[in-house]
Amino acid sequence: MAPFSIYSFLGLGVPIIAVIYYAFQSEQGKPTLSNIALVTHGSYLLGFENSIVLALITSIVPGILGLILAYAIATSRSATLKRLVATASGVLANFGGINLTFMFIATLGSTGILTAWLSAIHLNPWNFGFNLYSFYGVALVYLYFQVPLMVLVITPALGGLRPSWREAAENMGASSWGYWRYVGVPVLMPSVLGGMLLLFGSGFAAYATAETLTAGTVTLAPIQIGSLLAGNQLAGQENVGYAVGLGMFVVLAVTMILYGLVRRRASKWLR
Amino acid sequence: MASLIPDIVEDALVAVPEVPGRRRRPRLRLWRAVVLFLAGAYFLIPIYAGLRFSFENDAGHLSLYAVKAIPSEPGFSAAFWLSMRLAVVTLALTLVLMVPTSVYVHLKLPRLRRLLDFVTILPIVIPPIVLILGVLRAAPLWLRASPYLLSLVYVILSMPFVYRSLDAGLSAIDLKTLVEASRSLGGNWLNTLWRVVVPNLRSALLSATVLTLALVLGEFTMASLDLWTTLPVWIYQFQQVDAHVSTAVSMVSLIGTWLLITLIVSLDRSQSRRTRRRTNNS
Repeated sequence: MAPFSIYSFLGLGVPIIAVIYYAFQSEQGKPTLSNIALVTHGSYLLGFENSIVLALITSIVPGILGLILAYAIATSRSATLKRLVATASGVLANFGGINLTFMFIATLGSTGILTAWLSAIHLNPWNFGFNLYSFYGVALVYLYFQVPLMVLVITPALGGLRPSWREAAENMGASSWGYWRYVGVPVLMPSVLGGMLLLFGSGFAAYATAETLTAGTVTLAPIQIGSLLAGNQLAGQENVGYAVGLGMFVVLAVTMILYGLVRRRASKWLR
Repeated sequence: MASLIPDIVEDALVAVPEVPGRRRRPRLRLWRAVVLFLAGAYFLIPIYAGLRFSFENDAGHLSLYAVKAIPSEPGFSAAFWLSMRLAVVTLALTLVLMVPTSVYVHLKLPRLRRLLDFVTILPIVIPPIVLILGVLRAAPLWLRASPYLLSLVYVILSMPFVYRSLDAGLSAIDLKTLVEASRSLGGNWLNTLWRVVVPNLRSALLSATVLTLALVLGEFTMASLDLWTTLPVWIYQFQQVDAHVSTAVSMVSLIGTWLLITLIVSLDRSQSRRTRRRTNNS
């Protein structure tokens, strides 16, 4: 136990303490709030706003798509299909970074395969204002690991939706809409929200995919940290990166607290 | 892989048996087929495109030049071997740290399991970019000068997966009886761990190994910010020289990782089948 405690303290505790400590330190080593003030204004604030919007988009849209896909699979009777999707989701949810970037450049880049197919029917997306190397391009690529993540998270909850409830509702004269309105959606809601919060965290923290796809040109909080670490900083603002890191902690801490609350409610139906 | 789509759709169409008294079934089937088709297209087209791009030359003709060129490209073998060394060191450190810890906690301090659950989930919650920010500031200079700092951090990153699979493996065996039996027969702790506990945890250890290897071989964020040219970093940098070669390396490393995982998993499966047969015969 002792080696583990020491290791995780040195590898996790000390770096976290360092980030928090230096967020409140000036370059001369004096305590200051100027880093925090800098991060809550101007381009760093924009980075946080963009990151939160990106995380919202890439949690709500894949959340809904993942739910539909998981439902299509959960209600199917094919065991092969279920096994295939479970394995594929496990692999794809951990996808990301450089491999994903290259696959999407080969698909939807200006000379990509799908781009070529679509131009053949005069629907080249690049002619309609689409740009893979932009904010929405990043959002589209994030779907590739966010949808499988949602499928993994939500499938157990769908399994908890017992057929007997539907039969009971139908016996009492409920229509399909009535069943979903009064039984299905209220039961599933906490699990869906919990899954979306998880996706929010994953979309908010992701760095490698956005960095490699846009070469760091999108204004997102993680990209700003990377750029500051690489030495692109103004004199006298050397510690601002730690303040951005602290800001990311705060956003993720709030997300995880909400996740804990929602999960407690969701577990009521999953026993 | 693209040939999987029709199979899935067909499966979905065939597999729903008729339930009497449900009028909506036919529409539901069509709906399911559409959903599965779209999902299949979204997930398989990029894989196809990546493979296609790897086997093409600049003129757009099928060619193996990119794959053949990989080993001789400048910097490739250095990056490849760096990634391999980091993977081996990370794996060794992870197992040496995590196996005794989880065994000890299961055996002697079950009250601490919740705490361990919490600590080992932290690396998922904390963004890697923030963790490396703190690590690079806090690590002493001699450590920052070494690529193995990355291994030390990767051990932390792999903890959530490794601990969870070990925890599941340990919960599935009667650890206490096994250890007591070994101790009463005169085995010391190291012997017990190595010859009794580890063989019983084989599949948990295998999945921990697989997850750690996949993580180390694909990690980009920390390696690029620590300025070490590991394989993913090299792939990213080399795209400016030849994007076909870069994509080819990326696809080959992806397929290689998958093959490795399949190989390890199937080895384990045949091994455990043999063990079971032997036990049945005796």
